[in-house]
Amino acid sequence: MYDFAYQKPGSLADAVSVLSGDMEAKALAGGQTFIPVLKQRLNKPSTVVDLAGLGLSGITVSGDVITIGAMTRHADIASNADIKAKIPGLAHQASLIGDEAVRHRGTMGGSLANNDPAACYPSALLALGGTIKTDRRTIAADDFFQGMFTTALDQGEIITSIDLPIPEKSAYEKFRNPASRYAIVGVFVAKFASGVRLAITGASQGGVFRHTEMEKALSANFAPDAIAGIVTPADGLNGDIHASAEYRAHLIGVISKRAVAKAA
Amino acid sequence: MAQVTLTVNGKQHTVEVEGRTLLVELLREKLGLTGTHIGCDTSQCGACVVHIDGMSVKSCTQLALQADGANILTIEGLAEADGTLHPMQEMFREHHALQCGFCTPGMVMTAVDLVQSHPEGLSEKEIREGLEGNLCRCTGYHNIVKAIAAAHPLMHAQAAE
Ligand SMILES: Cc1cc2nc3c(=O)[nH]c(=O)nc-3n(C[C@H](O)[C@H](O)[C@H](O)COP(=O)(O)OP(=O)(O)OC[C@H]3O[C@@H](n4cnc5c(N)ncnc54)[C@H](O)[C@@H]3O)c2cc1C
Ligand code: FES
Ligand code: FES
Repeated sequence: MYDFAYQKPGSLADAVSVLSGDMEAKALAGGQTFIPVLKQRLNKPSTVVDLAGLGLSGITVSGDVITIGAMTRHADIASNADIKAKIPGLAHQASLIGDEAVRHRGTMGGSLANNDPAACYPSALLALGGTIKTDRRTIAADDFFQGMFTTALDQGEIITSIDLPIPEKSAYEKFRNPASRYAIVGVFVAKFASGVRLAITGASQGGVFRHTEMEKALSANFAPDAIAGIVTPADGLNGDIHASAEYRAHLIGVISKRAVAKAA
Repeated sequence: MAQVTLTVNGKQHTVEVEGRTLLVELLREKLGLTGTHIGCDTSQCGACVVHIDGMSVKSCTQLALQADGANILTIEGLAEADGTLHPMQEMFREHHALQCGFCTPGMVMTAVDLVQSHPEGLSEKEIREGLEGNLCRCTGYHNIVKAIAAAHPLMHAQAAE
């Protein structure tokens, strides 16, 4: 690992000013992605800015929205009573991320900022139609993800919290890589009075995406059978040693049906 | 260089570290606590698990400086001062839950957190799932699962005393 300076600011303004003043400075949340990246010398920051002193963790419910602080850990999302009751798909999703030690450190903000094409939370944010709040603005889920490992965040912009509308029903199903535990295909489905949203992670070269054909069918009839005939083309899907693009295309159908069966 | 002050196994230390120094490096190289192992470079094997403020964490995936002010428990801090083993260690011995022993410190630390955080009891499935971040190349896990199941009542009886 290359060496770097370490800072732990006590205020959001200080953190933003360090990160914005230096193009080579990088934020550190739970470190469960960033530290392995540093070990592989894939990144050479001048300064690592630890966000742990900014008071950005916590879960609150107001009306039909749950707000999750960016530094809230996976383990706390998995075990939170409000999330379990109101967005069970999200609690279940968090409980499937990595392993318990990873869940004790990794954060929702870190996962969303990183936008790994195989990460779990991007599918929840997109399917729930959530909103990202940063130190300077709010960004809708549909505008946030911009291809694998790419988001709408500017250099030095810090996610502070995530707003998630509470759906009538939700579920997450993941076909996981047994070694890394990341999603080979992960499907988050959310049913609202206004319709159904369904997002797929792990499968596409472009990162997380909404399956609009399935959404339409499920909005008319929220049952696994409603999407049984939908064929997803393999074009643009990931193919690697774990699964070919054709296999992922097939899995999208299977895992989506399981997610709907679970939510319904 | 920067300074980090932390409590390890009940004793406070102030240590000079680099920004990039990992917690596991601080424990092994600066404090000589080599019971915590390094088994991989990918945050996957769990040989390095220690408790930070009571929670199991991979000490290879945490900067030493992030642990400033924290309370750390390593495998060396589990047994009592007179050498009496912790019930989890005793049950690992009793049930032959180790062969080469490389994964054992991390297994034991993960297992202790798992049992402490489930006073209501643990099914075999929950124990196996709780070990998903710890890899063992020798035992086939079976005896590790048995040891943890056996340690559960002992640890909670001890806690109730
Ligand atoms: C063994 C293992 C298994 C895993 N399995 C899974 C899995 O199954 N599913 C899954 O989804 N993930 C998995 N992960 C990744 C894990 O969920 C990470 O915790 C997560 O991806 C990153 O969150 P973090 O808090 O650790 O962020 P960090 O690693 O600290 O940061 C990640 C990136 O985000 C940036 N960043 C962090 N916080 C913010 C913020 N608030 N604002 C702006 N930028 C920010 C950082 O600068 C960095 O570039 C796994 C990790 C490991 C080690
Ligand atoms: S050495 Fe820490 S997980 Fe392998
Ligand atoms: S006992 Fe040898 S790796 Fe587990």
